[in-house]
Amino acid sequence: MTPLLSVQGITKFYGHHIGCKDVGFDLYPGEVMGIVGESGSGKSTLLNCMAGHLTPDAGAVVFDTRSDGPKNTVTMSEPERRMLSRTDWAFVHQHARDGLRMGVSAGGNVGERLMAVGERHYCDIRAKATDWLGRVEIDATRVDDRPTTFSGGMQQRLQIARNLVTGPRLVFMDEPTGGLDVSVQARLLDLLRGLVRDMGLSAIIVTHDLAVVRLLADRLMVMKDGHVVEAGLTDQVLDDPQHAYSQLLVSSVLQV
Amino acid sequence: MSDYNFAYLDEQTKRMIRRAILKGLAIPGYQVPFASREMPMPYGWGTGGVQVSAAVMTPDDRFKVIDQGADDTTNAVSIRTFFERTAGVATTTKTSEASVIQTRHRIPEERLSEGQILVYQVPIPEPLQFLEPRESETRKMHSLEEYGLMHVKLYEDISRHGHIATSYDYPVKVEGRYVMDPSPIPKFDNPKLGDMAAIQLFGAGREQRIYALPPYTQVVSLDFEDHPFEASKPDHPCAMCGAENSYLDEVITDDTGGRMFVCSDTDFCEARQAAGNTGTMNGRDAA
Ligand SMILES: Nc1ncnc2c1ncn2[C@@H]1O[C@H](COP(=O)(O)OP(=O)(O)OP(=O)(O)O)[C@@H](O)[C@H]1O
Ligand SMILES: [Mg+2]
Repeated sequence: MTPLLSVQGITKFYGHHIGCKDVGFDLYPGEVMGIVGESGSGKSTLLNCMAGHLTPDAGAVVFDTRSDGPKNTVTMSEPERRMLSRTDWAFVHQHARDGLRMGVSAGGNVGERLMAVGERHYCDIRAKATDWLGRVEIDATRVDDRPTTFSGGMQQRLQIARNLVTGPRLVFMDEPTGGLDVSVQARLLDLLRGLVRDMGLSAIIVTHDLAVVRLLADRLMVMKDGHVVEAGLTDQVLDDPQHAYSQLLVSSVLQV
Repeated sequence: MSDYNFAYLDEQTKRMIRRAILKGLAIPGYQVPFASREMPMPYGWGTGGVQVSAAVMTPDDRFKVIDQGADDTTNAVSIRTFFERTAGVATTTKTSEASVIQTRHRIPEERLSEGQILVYQVPIPEPLQFLEPRESETRKMHSLEEYGLMHVKLYEDISRHGHIATSYDYPVKVEGRYVMDPSPIPKFDNPKLGDMAAIQLFGAGREQRIYALPPYTQVVSLDFEDHPFEASKPDHPCAMCGAENSYLDEVITDDTGGRMFVCSDTDFCEARQAAGNTGTMNGRDAA
């Protein structure tokens, strides 16, 4: 089976400072990979290198494209990469306002990707947007309201709808539940789990929160100082961590 | 007039602007940056248009200036006087007689012909700016033809008003490639942009951009399949000349709420009246 995404030797420096170093793994269709580690361990750097927001200093990110099969997205042309990022890829930011247009209605936010790929029928676009609001548990009557009038949890759900409306195959998420109340987090996690299952999505989720990976991730990578120190099936890593740092990470969570 | 170079700007500056114009004509709808000069008038007065007019003007030209369709507003008169003084060119209010027409907010009703140049004053050249303020990003969107955002703007319009309420600055796509802001002309004028015999030049002074439409360029107003573009205008004939198909201004006639609709293009309206056409409010009609 061809991996959907094959990450090979990704390295990124900020000057002399390591962002992430020599990270590699394969992600198969329908799989969810969790990336955990303390603050500054390189999670976001790695995610942004994979999603094309940062150019790595070394390494390849090979994506199995619909039309041409596996292609290295680091070296593909920018138009091609940007096309991927509004069709087959999605990116959910930690702060919803980084991923939403706050001056545009909820319907316009969800419809943007549809219009970006050429949909030109207003009623169809609006119907799809409304359907997606329903799927992320936002009442259809809010379709014309701006996200500024939404709660933090609703904004995050709207961001997810906006990303998933074009049926992407791979979703990158950076701390999707960060900054939300615990009860709001739980609801969002349930929703994400349902969507990932129903749509057969592949996803890469960066988080501090081991509860998030426990619930969503099939596999787990533990990062420290820009390096992957341990990787494996989520339950294995969480229940029987091998590396001293993973042990610390797991135990510190259990203490909370 | 001897205090200035012909048409105020020095020859080097005019050459630089002409290069920008030629580039604009070669890539219809593409915004060409240029080093805008200080002009002896405020930005709101169309310094971009004035610099473009100065760069294309020759001593043999006959110059017309319209502001909202009229030749006699302060703005139009000042610009016309400016070129009378600095270039000594002949001026006119007759559309058909002018070789260079500088305009704000309108395209003349009368069909322009080959050999004429229409110069637009542009306040904001970037059609994507409304939703994407970062210039680095809008430049990328143009170069990669990522124009979905333009439709988001129209979508918002329909969701708020039930129809596309944008009535000025209505965005167009040029030759299937660049999305362009036609300047704040009413959308009623949009169909005239396409397939026009005259050269159309757009100058934005503060924003330092020039763009252009060569003669007979394809220009399409953006829309949705189920909300097609409509070149709407007030549904009246002109009260002065009776014209059915010209763009109208609403004019308050007295202090008891009386109002009437008259052509915004004064030259067009006067020519029609001179040819014997009348509307309901025209004195000759009552006589
Ligand atoms: N733009 C930047 N310039 C310089 N150094 C950076 C930059 N971004 C990140 N770094 C550094 O790179 C390392 C990895 O940062 P990164 O943001 O990837 O960590 P993270 O694991 O996502 O942290 P957090 O959990 O706090 O979000 C850190 O030491 C950080 O200080
Ligand atoms: Mg981070």
